[in-house]
Amino acid sequence: MSEKYFSLLWIVNLLAALVLSPLLIGIINKTKAFFAGRKGPRLLQLYYDLNKLLKKSAVYSTSSGSVFKLAPWGTLAATVLMLFLLPAGCIVSPVAFAGDLVLFIYLAGIGRMLTVLAAMETASAFEGMGSSRECQFSMLAEGVLLTVLAALVMLTGSFTLSGCLTALDPKSWLSGGTAMLFLALAFYLVMLCENCRIPVDDPETHLELTMIHEAMILDNSGPDLAAIHYAAALKLWVFLAFLSTLLLPNLCGGIGLNMVLYYLLMLLLCISVGVVESIMARYRFLKVPQLLAGAFAVAMFAIVLVAIFGKEAVK
Amino acid sequence: MDFASFKNTGKILLKDIPQHDFDRFRDVLAEAINLQNCRVGALFASTGKLYAILIDPAEKSFKAACTAIGNSYPALTPHIAAFHWFEREIFESDHIKPEGHPWLKPIRFENAPQPGVTDYFTLQGNAAHEVAVGPVHAGVIEPGHFRFQCMGEDVYFLEIELGYQHRGIEKMLLTAPAKRHTHLIETAAGDSSIAYALAYDGMAAALAQQPRSKLPERAQILRTLALELERIANHVGDIGALAGDVAFLTSSAYCGRIRGDFLNMTAMLCGNRFGRNYVTYNGVAFDLGNNKLPFLRDWFERTVADFKNAWQLLADDPGVLDRFENTGTVAPEVMRQIGAVGVAARAAGLDIDVRRDLGNIGVYDKLVWQTGLKRSGDVIARLKLRRRELRESIRMVRALFTMLESNAASAAWSEDAPAADGNMIPEALAVTAVEAWRGEVVCCGLTGADGKFKRIKLVDPSFHNWFALVLALRGEQISNFPICNKSFNLSYCGHDL
Repeated sequence: MSEKYFSLLWIVNLLAALVLSPLLIGIINKTKAFFAGRKGPRLLQLYYDLNKLLKKSAVYSTSSGSVFKLAPWGTLAATVLMLFLLPAGCIVSPVAFAGDLVLFIYLAGIGRMLTVLAAMETASAFEGMGSSRECQFSMLAEGVLLTVLAALVMLTGSFTLSGCLTALDPKSWLSGGTAMLFLALAFYLVMLCENCRIPVDDPETHLELTMIHEAMILDNSGPDLAAIHYAAALKLWVFLAFLSTLLLPNLCGGIGLNMVLYYLLMLLLCISVGVVESIMARYRFLKVPQLLAGAFAVAMFAIVLVAIFGKEAVK
Repeated sequence: MDFASFKNTGKILLKDIPQHDFDRFRDVLAEAINLQNCRVGALFASTGKLYAILIDPAEKSFKAACTAIGNSYPALTPHIAAFHWFEREIFESDHIKPEGHPWLKPIRFENAPQPGVTDYFTLQGNAAHEVAVGPVHAGVIEPGHFRFQCMGEDVYFLEIELGYQHRGIEKMLLTAPAKRHTHLIETAAGDSSIAYALAYDGMAAALAQQPRSKLPERAQILRTLALELERIANHVGDIGALAGDVAFLTSSAYCGRIRGDFLNMTAMLCGNRFGRNYVTYNGVAFDLGNNKLPFLRDWFERTVADFKNAWQLLADDPGVLDRFENTGTVAPEVMRQIGAVGVAARAAGLDIDVRRDLGNIGVYDKLVWQTGLKRSGDVIARLKLRRRELRESIRMVRALFTMLESNAASAAWSEDAPAADGNMIPEALAVTAVEAWRGEVVCCGLTGADGKFKRIKLVDPSFHNWFALVLALRGEQISNFPICNKSFNLSYCGHDL
């Protein structure tokens, strides 16, 4: 099959991400509602919310300035760029370049930095607390993410994100399966932290004093808030897609089958986030660093495994 | 004689209340509260006198004493910390100044200054920051303002400022026509409607010129049933709310629904989910027909079974327990000193419960039950104590169902009519205390020479307990405030009146 056909499929996947990502939030909420024995919000609720917010105008406090207006859109842009670096199932991203996995991490960092700066600009006590917590936890999460990517590089010898993820085939699962399971676990925990899910943050809470991400966006309204919600949904897509490609071995030849499995796995992982949120209580903040330190230890252990047994895993 | 004693739902003539000079008044109070096992029922001023009403579990009675005061008097708070809030109230509503009170600030902002524009404790320093929450909150709850002085994530001091719900109920009760009284008293704290109605009913009946004939047994059973259903519904709701605050979805959602079921059972008794207008002067407004009893019984058992499941999910989850353990701890001795009551006090090992300590309300002496007790004084203690009290209340309700079954023939009300205003025993004081689900509700009524009410004093358990929440937050993580707050679940309107 031609290069052109691959690129087209990859672009279709990109469009799917842009269109379908709000659905992920709906799926998580439906899963939670199922466990709670409630009907829950509609599957498409976030679409309705975004539509409503886009029709409104934003309200700005007198204490906030240009960063506050820029941040939501800057964050959204950074998150969209993250999508560009990801492979679509087994299709390597056409814009991939060596070392783009560092860019991947820091695109998330840019989004975060903008949100934190905007929150600080509002001079609100809640947003200050939210920013401080966000910085503390994401600093730890970043280390775990970096370790996971380092292990992937060691495992596959590729320096592009797409390369790393698509190089994993059934053979690498046979030889380096343990390490990859550890990596997936560490990445899963980072995903929960980065996407403000339970047990780190509670996206549903109304209690300002316990919020992290939600506290930082208390002052945002209208289209700005829509951009924030949309960026959050996209970020969840990015992390789920990453995990899905990491777990799904590249079945050579069957692109169609591979794509179907890739989307199916994403759906399952998304539901699993909902399940985790339904059966777990939130940690106290003092315990979150322990969780991330645990994720770091798991990732380091994977690196050790790759360093010892890695040679066989590399194709 | 230091004090005059009288029983719960009883009365005493004003001339029989011993009047001491101030120093002696302070000393006898300090001795009774600090050295003996008495606790504060109420402290209020009326016509140049300061009345103190204590609850004495040893004698199962109230103790009253008074002293003459002018526009100011030396504050009692430095000697008896439990009067802290009462004296601020006296300062605010009676314009009598307790000299030497450590923090003499309005508690309800009846007059100017407005809430929010006043002095607060402040903390200075580089790492210190102030977080102001409320009076408008994100959830659907009552208004109250909370000021946290924090060092990073740690709370150094929390100051609670209430008063947004002040309606002047005590004063309205003096002027409103008697028919309005039920409504006013039941809305003092709407989640404790039955308890307030019972407290007021006991007080009003004690002052009636013509003594009320003994309430029919069936009325007492139904009143007790309503009070216990109120307790069950609220405790279940609180357990669910605590689960919700740590994002433990399942128990939170289930308990919310189950609380509704228990409220609906109260609605089955009287047509209102909160038991409004159920307690009447001559008994209860509606009898529970015996054809309805099997249905109610069955419904109750099914709901209890559901609750047990919801509880087990919560109790078996280590993550949930970890959030609650060692959070918001208040030491038993501190709880005793500040005069905490009810669930919060019992969770810190204070064995107090007016159902047992005073009695005379409902049919509790005919039921087999125990006062629950936990010792650790933290959120988990308050949570588990609620579970414990639920267990007792569920047992009581079952027994009450059986009692209802066996005296189906008797009437649920007598033919007595409430005393018309101005037709009460003149110059008397009547006090009734009822153990509401939060703690004891105390209702005092004082009549003048004309046989009309001169002063009605209501004391909500929250009035004693708000300061316990302040202490629970000392050195606590600010993110733990919601669960601490919910574990006390104090009433704003009951405090503000």
